[in-house]
Amino acid sequence: MRVYALAVYLFLYIPIGVIAVFSFNAGRYAAQLQGFSTQWYGKALANPFVMEALQTSATVAASSALLATIAGTLAALALQGVGGRPRMIFDALLYIAVMVPGIVIGISTLIALVTLFDWLNPMIASLWPVAGTAPQLHLGTGSLIAAHGLFAMALVVIIVRARVAGMDRSLIEASADLGATPFGTFRQVTLPQIAPAILAGFLLSFTFSFDDFIIAFFVAGSETTLPIYVFSSIRRGVTPEINAIGTMVLAVSLMVLILAQTILRRGGVRAPEE
Amino acid sequence: MSPRLRTTLLLAPATVWLLAMLVLPLVVVAVFSFGERAAAGGYSAAFSLENFANLGTRWAAFKNTLMLAPAGTVLCLLIAYPLAYFLAVRADPKWRTLLLILVIVPFWTSILIRSYAWIYLLGGQGVPKLVGLLGFGSPRLVNTPFAVLIGIVYGYLPLMVFPIFVSLERLDKRLLEASADLGSPPWRSFLQVTLPLSMPGVATGCMLVFILLMGEFLIPAMLGGGKVFFVGNALVDLFLQSRNWPFGAAVAVALVVIMLVTVTAYMRLTRRWAGGRDDVSLM
Repeated sequence: MRVYALAVYLFLYIPIGVIAVFSFNAGRYAAQLQGFSTQWYGKALANPFVMEALQTSATVAASSALLATIAGTLAALALQGVGGRPRMIFDALLYIAVMVPGIVIGISTLIALVTLFDWLNPMIASLWPVAGTAPQLHLGTGSLIAAHGLFAMALVVIIVRARVAGMDRSLIEASADLGATPFGTFRQVTLPQIAPAILAGFLLSFTFSFDDFIIAFFVAGSETTLPIYVFSSIRRGVTPEINAIGTMVLAVSLMVLILAQTILRRGGVRAPEE
Repeated sequence: MSPRLRTTLLLAPATVWLLAMLVLPLVVVAVFSFGERAAAGGYSAAFSLENFANLGTRWAAFKNTLMLAPAGTVLCLLIAYPLAYFLAVRADPKWRTLLLILVIVPFWTSILIRSYAWIYLLGGQGVPKLVGLLGFGSPRLVNTPFAVLIGIVYGYLPLMVFPIFVSLERLDKRLLEASADLGSPPWRSFLQVTLPLSMPGVATGCMLVFILLMGEFLIPAMLGGGKVFFVGNALVDLFLQSRNWPFGAAVAVALVVIMLVTVTAYMRLTRRWAGGRDDVSLM
């Protein structure tokens, strides 16, 4: 049993380890180890395309996670007092957002936004006071944030709602009895209790967006995110530089995830057990 | 402010987001699937069923998906169950949380980089070379269905382990003691107590993995090398290369319909012998 578990863990972590080891390979050729070197990290970080993609990915991940966390937390709080049909409809929408394959979300967002923009752009242009200077709506950072944020928001609602449901209600009643305003109660009683879930939701949303390839592939327009850059580079061939980028991407996600897990678990211990 | 107004205001941003970025695009896809391809690519309005009649031309993609998605799901289950059992029943409780986190964490890291790792491992200098050294020749592994299945198991194993673990951990251990007291050997207790009671977790895990596999693009694109392609790969081709949006929309609608039908049938079936389903949880 132990041996089996060990084998599965090796299966899960050897490929990641191989990438990391080869990223420090001194040789030009990806397939043979020829001594230790950090040159590929230097090359990757000096590559303007990589840095631009990294910047786009970081901007999109941070913005979409922030917006998703705000909208998702508000919704999770509001849902406490919602029942019946509206609740059912909202739950169904969340379920669809999480379950419809990313690729279907990607293509539908692409064609809906392109169609919408094709329809709106001439309208804006005709209404614009100075001819020829009207702004053109197009796919890019904005559509990436909106599309990534959608999935992330559903995730935040699910995580925060679970926490809200496990909250100690008597504290809220006590706070109200002692004369606190609803906002005061929220800030001093509710928020500290659900804060770990909110933070974990934010971090998971960030990693989701930072790692997502398939939705970004469709809605990025002329922008390049880091996963899109890596995907198109792999098509041109395997290089040590990709290993270095991959190792950095994995390291970032691992750190964020361990942080999220720690926060969620520690928050879980403080929760009332029964 | 009345509680009702407050609730509405709090729900408004999320609702608007869901309607604008989820419901509207899905409706647009459904409408487009009845349209015609414009001369320069894209969409021109029409009402025809031609796109659906032409679905047969992409039959290979549907066939691959409908064969490899269930195969991958079953393979994930076979590998995940013993691990989930180990974590829930045998593992030292002191280490359990850490071991569980170690299973889940890869799922949340880049599937792109993780699939890429297998190009490395299965490529000429990797596993085939090792097998060659053992004297079995050096088989070609990359760009085969086998490579795609490995990538699938590697990518989705965590998603299968977690729900099974949850249902095994919740299992009332006294039932096993009772079974042993009544003279059952361990294997029989397992078959008659543990296995049936873990079925909700198995059903949830299989459903999650199957749903995600139906829409897979990346793993076949990276490890199937154009020879093993899923519906997802056909969709990328139709939308980004040949720009035949209406036909692509019809393929997407067909994919979602097949998913809904299989998942509904599957849930009916499993409800009957599993009595309810665990909450879907990804963390």
